[in-house]
Amino acid sequence: MSSNREFLYRRLHSLLGVVAIGAFLVVHLTVNWFAVRGEQEYNQAAAFMESLPFRYALEIFIIFLPLIFHAVYGLYIAFQARNNTSRFSYFRNWMFRLQRISGVLVLIFVTWHVWETRIAAAFGAEVNFQMMEEIVANPIALIAYIIGITATTFHFANGLWSFAVTWGITVTPRSQQISTYVTAGVFLALTFVGIRSILAFVGV
Amino acid sequence: MSTETASKTIELIIVRQEDPDSKPFEEKFSIPYRSNMNVISALMEIRRNPVNADGEDTTPVAWDASCLEEVCGACSMVINGKPRQSCTALIDKLEQPIRLEPMSTFPVMRDLTVDRSRMFDSLKRVKAWVPIDGTYDLGPGPRMPEAKRQWAYELSKCMSCGVCLQACPNVNDKSEFIGPAALSQVRLFNAHPTGAMHKAERLQTIMDGDGGLANCGNSQNCVEACPKEIPLTTSIAALNRATTLQSFKNFFGSDNTA
Repeated sequence: MSSNREFLYRRLHSLLGVVAIGAFLVVHLTVNWFAVRGEQEYNQAAAFMESLPFRYALEIFIIFLPLIFHAVYGLYIAFQARNNTSRFSYFRNWMFRLQRISGVLVLIFVTWHVWETRIAAAFGAEVNFQMMEEIVANPIALIAYIIGITATTFHFANGLWSFAVTWGITVTPRSQQISTYVTAGVFLALTFVGIRSILAFVGV
Repeated sequence: MSTETASKTIELIIVRQEDPDSKPFEEKFSIPYRSNMNVISALMEIRRNPVNADGEDTTPVAWDASCLEEVCGACSMVINGKPRQSCTALIDKLEQPIRLEPMSTFPVMRDLTVDRSRMFDSLKRVKAWVPIDGTYDLGPGPRMPEAKRQWAYELSKCMSCGVCLQACPNVNDKSEFIGPAALSQVRLFNAHPTGAMHKAERLQTIMDGDGGLANCGNSQNCVEACPKEIPLTTSIAALNRATTLQSFKNFFGSDNTA
């Protein structure tokens, strides 16, 4: 076999970002929406997710391992670029840069988010409506969540666009243009779902 | 009229460098205006009378040029922030002071002269040719449909000028990315009826090792910057599709029919 490790890593990075982490993100944001329906419904949904069969296997293979690989290799990719949007202020070049900026933001946000919820749960805290209510009662934490959610949905939506290019799904300029509109729609929809849900915890 | 023209000047700021290892510095020049000048003729004027804007004697500015009609790519440099050919950079259309810099993605040899040999090395890496050498005459190859020939002609316009590499955020000192120019040549030669006989081999060259096709981050600056308007990002996406299939063939095996 030839030494195409870099090709493999790059493709794996792209694939995991959409298929594993992206799918998880959509499920996560969907379950969050229960908060809009009220505390009881949210707690029921959280309990249902916690009671899923094969929960640890699902968490390890669909969330944590792909996330760690995507984050570590993504950082390597992000810091390999020499951004030049000041000279070439084209739309796609800005998206290229924002993808890298949002990726770093998401990594910081997710680390904090996992620390406050998942790690806290491992030490005995109960993951429920009240937990989130207490976290976002601090306005700084609420702002951090809104920024974090927006960075995440942007990174995912724009990642969908480049996924389609990377795997040769959208080849022509027109297909890539259409894909830009579609993924922009995905970004707006998911951002609305995410922010509307987090606001439910502060009673909005 | 003639006195008015004589008093008009062209202001230039040139980023200069003595040799590959020395630090770059800026030097200002103010040269007499003539009509219909391009950046090359402005540089020739400096060479004729190497005096900077402060009236001090200086060394003439070094630069590369050859065809003077934007088909060779030799005179590429960064003009007012954009990489392009200096032969088609008309003074009357440029904002002054005109800022000239070398394409620093490449090793700078002196002043505006850069070493673009990596462009040629890349073409060799991807086998950007149709191999027909042998011990006997193979006869004429298969014909290419006219529509495809017209499309291929656009890709064949690449003059290895290096502008797309200069514009690419992923071609830099921290990365080994081969850049868009050579990748597009893979597509060109894989589309050629005879060249297609070595399609898998060429695809392999951009999947193997570091700095291959997968390093593209889709900033799409290349297609905006290309002076020949080559659809570089379309070539890259098409190669992404081809290498997806190729990687499946490599992994699962292939009966080599396509």
